[in-house]
Amino acid sequence: MLLNQFLILSAVLFSIGVYGVLTRRNGVMVLMSIELILNSVNINLVAFAAFREAIPGEVFALFVIAVAAAEVGVGLAMVLLLYRNRRNIDLAGIDSMKG
Amino acid sequence: MIQLLAATTSSVTSIPLGITHEGNWFLQNAWLIPLIPALSFIGILFFGKRLPRGGSELGIAALVIVFLLSICTGFAWMDHRDNFDGEEINQSLISGEHGEHGEHGEHGEHGEHGEPSLAVVNTTTWFITGGVEFSVGTLVDGLAVMMLFVVTLVSLLVHIYSTDYVAGDRRFTHFFAFLSLFSASMLLLVISENTLQLLVSWELVGLCSFALIGHWWEEKDNSNAALKAFLTNRVGDMGLLIGVTILFFASGKLLPDTFGSFSIATTNALASSSLLPHSTLLIAACCLMAAVMSKSGQFFLHTWLPDAMAGPTPVSALIHAATMVVAGVFMIARLYGVFFEGFSIGGSSINLMALIGGFTTLVGACLAFVQRDIKKVLAYSTISQLGYMVMALGVGAWTAAMFHLFTHAFFKACLFLGSGSVAHSVHSFDMKSDMGGLRKKMPQTFRTFIIGSIALAGLPPFAGFWSKDEILAGTGGWGIMGGTNGNGSYTFMLVMGMITAALTAAYMTRCVYLTFFGEFRGHGNPHESGPRITIPLWILAVLAIFAGFLNLPKGFQLAPESLQERFGHYVEPVAGYFPKISHATPSWSLAIISTIVVIVGISLAWNYYFVKVEKASKESGQSLTELPGGLTTRLVLARMGHTLLVNKYYLDHLYTGIITRAVKEPIAELAYRTNQEILDRTVDTVGRTAVKIGQFNYHKIDQTVVDGFVNASGRMSSYSGEELRKIQSGKVQSYAAILFAAATILAGLLIVIV
Amino acid sequence: MAGLFFSQIQGLDPLKSGEVLVAQNVFFTLIALVMILAALKMVTTENIVHAALYLVIVLAGAAGMFILLGAEFVAVTQILVYIGAIVVLFLFGIMLTKGSFGTEEGEFRERNRMAVLVGVLIVTVASGSFIDSFRNAELNREAPSTTAEIGDTIFGQFIIPFEAISVLLLAALIGSVVIARRDQ
Repeated sequence: MLLNQFLILSAVLFSIGVYGVLTRRNGVMVLMSIELILNSVNINLVAFAAFREAIPGEVFALFVIAVAAAEVGVGLAMVLLLYRNRRNIDLAGIDSMKG
Repeated sequence: MIQLLAATTSSVTSIPLGITHEGNWFLQNAWLIPLIPALSFIGILFFGKRLPRGGSELGIAALVIVFLLSICTGFAWMDHRDNFDGEEINQSLISGEHGEHGEHGEHGEHGEHGEPSLAVVNTTTWFITGGVEFSVGTLVDGLAVMMLFVVTLVSLLVHIYSTDYVAGDRRFTHFFAFLSLFSASMLLLVISENTLQLLVSWELVGLCSFALIGHWWEEKDNSNAALKAFLTNRVGDMGLLIGVTILFFASGKLLPDTFGSFSIATTNALASSSLLPHSTLLIAACCLMAAVMSKSGQFFLHTWLPDAMAGPTPVSALIHAATMVVAGVFMIARLYGVFFEGFSIGGSSINLMALIGGFTTLVGACLAFVQRDIKKVLAYSTISQLGYMVMALGVGAWTAAMFHLFTHAFFKACLFLGSGSVAHSVHSFDMKSDMGGLRKKMPQTFRTFIIGSIALAGLPPFAGFWSKDEILAGTGGWGIMGGTNGNGSYTFMLVMGMITAALTAAYMTRCVYLTFFGEFRGHGNPHESGPRITIPLWILAVLAIFAGFLNLPKGFQLAPESLQERFGHYVEPVAGYFPKISHATPSWSLAIISTIVVIVGISLAWNYYFVKVEKASKESGQSLTELPGGLTTRLVLARMGHTLLVNKYYLDHLYTGIITRAVKEPIAELAYRTNQEILDRTVDTVGRTAVKIGQFNYHKIDQTVVDGFVNASGRMSSYSGEELRKIQSGKVQSYAAILFAAATILAGLLIVIV
Repeated sequence: MAGLFFSQIQGLDPLKSGEVLVAQNVFFTLIALVMILAALKMVTTENIVHAALYLVIVLAGAAGMFILLGAEFVAVTQILVYIGAIVVLFLFGIMLTKGSFGTEEGEFRERNRMAVLVGVLIVTVASGSFIDSFRNAELNREAPSTTAEIGDTIFGQFIIPFEAISVLLLAALIGSVVIARRDQ
């Protein structure tokens, strides 16, 4: 197996995740797309760990999973707050930074 | 050890840095000084609310300890300066085409400068990356010791003062926490050993300034002022970052086994011994100058400083008068080798620094005339005095500038705290509508304010006189009036300094009259402030009187020689990291002329306020603040000047109205204005003519041709505005899209280039 | 994309690619295709519950990839934490905000073009640089990493980051409670 096939797979997944983050109006969907991005990074980390036969790559993948869990917790709490305040989670409606 | 290295490998030479690693315990352990307020910050943050006095006692205790420590450090330094006989550290160099540095061995032995002083440096490794070791440490020399004393003393007094001034405030604890953090970062700044550390603490003091200006952020004006201060400073910080980076790589080229050095001593020593290319130094100095301009309120980045008066008055005294705003001046003094060589200060030609300083000092003094708000008078006065210091550095009068920084800290803090004491009892800062006649009601404040004002105006024997006179002598203008043997002859700067001296005297007379004389114009019954406010005032007032004697000029006949130039002797480095500057000879004639100038300034203002306005007040039976048919109402030119000053030279309009909008919606704005002002007027004129000629013509020209054109341009402007507005849609995802795209493109560029 | 992977497999040195390796490559291609398709469906589907299920497929695929790469412990953790916990959390989030959403139109379509552009840009730049740097670098790991090794590394070399993560999780826990709590 080549290293590159894993790296390119992760690049593809990453860009699909970015696409989701940029286009979805539903807050939960954006969070799910972010998970996709984090997963693609994990594939990258583990692939390099296998390539260099180094454990730290896998350890960092584990750390990323832990951080992702924390991120989902806080992110969903924010979405719930949003839902409670506005009765929807449509990100298109949030434009108070408009200039 | 390094000398040994130099001896064994012939390709490596070395230059003396003027530093040593040995010295008194206090000089070696100066790192304790910023550490203690930092701990107090954490303590106040976590436990402040539970303490009986809301955390203020922690802050004061920390500052007392630190103040005593810095006094000990000061005495240790005086002993070190005179008696130290240890080993000097040399920096080895890659010897290349630079062949001419053989002379540096005997540095510091030429007559005027006296015995060399060796700064005590103590460093430890911060982190290592890419083979470069980044250190963090302390560099203690006369300048650092002086700054330690000033910062700790003013900070301590401000802490005590604040316990009364902000008593009962809802964010009392928060206030003291940030005062502690500010003290810690400022103390870290003054003992920084390398430019990276300088940069970090520079940003930290900016952050504290932001937090404290916006202390009462519930009011929109205050939070706006805080943002303005922060953003204006960001402009300059960019310059600092670039300048530091340039110096890092430039000095790295000459050092073995590394590609860069942040060390202040090394950079300065390389710059002072002309080993760094002049063009590099010039660019670095210009970048650093931008940082000075924003931090020290130099024209034309000074606009944030008057607005910063929105913060509590103790903060204005500590941060925006005595300490933080002089960080820029301090930075010039610290990296003086770079500035001296970069701007070719020794060479009589007018350089950027002297020009900016001279201009700022005049601009600030003029603006101080038209303010109604007592704190804004003092703010513009601070700008003006900072300009004085920068100008002095720009003409090579290093010691004079530092001495002025020293004395200014005391009398300006005294004035600010005095204005706070007044405002505390009348609940307003407006001199014209809420003050007047306070001399009887607040005698302590009145006396200290008068002392501060005289010191600022510069009448002998008050502190301001000595430092101001030294700067004027240092300009070296007009040999007949003294000031010979300086770094050049800057007659232009001397004239600017003289005019400012007269203006300063005059606006302070105005300020004193409006605040303390005449009849009380406000409401309520003002009374003297409590001892926690008046005692700091008196301490500062006493210093404002006597601090000037620390640096009596050389050859001053009325004092024994052992008391002359003590400040210069202990503060000015004579070391490898400092350029060889020459000193102007002070002269009696210059001192007398500058005193006369000050007296003329005072008497003109006196004549206007104390005589004419007083008389008019008596006649009209009310307390006036200016003559009813005054100069500004009679003379068109004077009125125009007044309007210009009231609008602060329209700089704020320039920044927010033109520059900001030009970035935001350029075409739309321009087209709109053209539409409104030029085209509409054209339409009007054409219309009127058309009426005279006939209805037919009117309809023909106006409705179809011109109107069509007007409408088209209007549509164009609104269309382009809309298009540009779309980018700023407020939608997070659009921003994210731009961010991702830009990051990817940059990454791609990086891959292609590297 | 698939063509690229196939070409890479065919480009392998026949001497080195034994039977096991061919099986691995076949599995890789299969899983990768499924993952990419599921990911595409996930970001485009209108039904949000379906999107969560597609996410499960992608995450399971990633676990498969980890096994292929010899990182078995990571694969197990992936299934336990991601599929077992995070996806369930998502489903709860969907349930609690149910009925909040109508159809996705307007803005979705308007930003579509730009998002596609950004995505293509990222793939191009990333794979360009990958291909440029690791042209035909082989993965020839002798044996999968053991859990013992990972444990040693976490509690030895990475003990401080590990502690930091535990504090982070605590902070996230408290933070999400504070954010989502109803104000009294």
